[in-house]
Amino acid sequence: MKNYLPLILGMMTVTYIPRLVPLITISRKPINPIVKRFLQYIPYSALSALVIRGILEATPDMRVATVSGICGAAICSYLKGGLILSVIIGIITAYLILQIHM
Amino acid sequence: MVKKQKIKAGIKDGLTAGFPIVFGYLPVAMAFGLLSRNTGISLKDSAMFSILVYAGASQFMAIDLIKSGLGAGNIILATFLLNLRHLMMSASLSIRIKEIKRKWLIFIAFGVTDETFSIISLGDKELTVPFLLTVNSLAYFSWVSGTVLGYLIGNILPAAIQSCLGIGLYAMFIALLMPEVKKSSATLAISLLAAMLYGVLDYFKVISSSSCIIAAIVIASFVGALIFRNTENEVKLLEGANLMQEDLLLQEDSHRRK
Repeated sequence: MKNYLPLILGMMTVTYIPRLVPLITISRKPINPIVKRFLQYIPYSALSALVIRGILEATPDMRVATVSGICGAAICSYLKGGLILSVIIGIITAYLILQIHM
Repeated sequence: MVKKQKIKAGIKDGLTAGFPIVFGYLPVAMAFGLLSRNTGISLKDSAMFSILVYAGASQFMAIDLIKSGLGAGNIILATFLLNLRHLMMSASLSIRIKEIKRKWLIFIAFGVTDETFSIISLGDKELTVPFLLTVNSLAYFSWVSGTVLGYLIGNILPAAIQSCLGIGLYAMFIALLMPEVKKSSATLAISLLAAMLYGVLDYFKVISSSSCIIAAIVIASFVGALIFRNTENEVKLLEGANLMQEDLLLQEDSHRRK
């Protein structure tokens, strides 16, 4: 793939539409509860699958650091709940483990 | 005058609320710029990804899928599925910003991300146009400038730090997930199911990695929607029971007074 513009424009469209449509339609039409729950659960299953994918696809030399970073962020988030703090703790944990590991 | 003050207050609140996002976005955006460069994508295209698509997880996924040689159509489909979550976020936001004019919503909608949504909906600030646009702009400009910065100077950073920047994304994902898992056992079960499904599908390598992601998301969410049928009703029933109890207490009270 040399010309990325079609891909970028396509991705822009499928990203923007789900963000825009509910905001401008603001309908209170009752949607099927199963569909509603299905949509509600997507973020959680997506986040979870993405994290596991990150671990499984990490190169062998990065795997321990990746797992430690994720664990560090998870523990911090569970105890303290801050998003930014958790990210920073995650990166620092990964960095320290990488230093020891290497 | 009053209107001007309100706008000022909105911008001030927006800067305070949006500030943490800058710290979250900069390292991750830098990691994106760096990864994009290492994949052989031009600075212009990398910046365009962040300027036009503006979706962290999708952009990383796109680079990953480009590397594994997937076509544009499949990448767009995967992006769409990944971004379906914003449908619910926008829907839940829409209930709170009913008075805002449509012309503003067009801009506000573009800035709905996991992070801005969490910060906007978890805060107690009034959701005015200046407030929303300030939070969104802060996040947007840190994402775009982080991308360019990572592309240009990411290589100067020591290798160990370079590799750790990308972990910031997973740290962010897990940090978004943990509070929800803590709140609801249904969410915990669905997250575990999605993780297991991805692991199993990936192990057997019958389908591509991006299909594994999509399959894991769809199956886990669907199974969750079928199994956890009563969660909402239970909450409503409990609320109903509490109201009835309060009613009874009030009645007793008035009887006693008589």
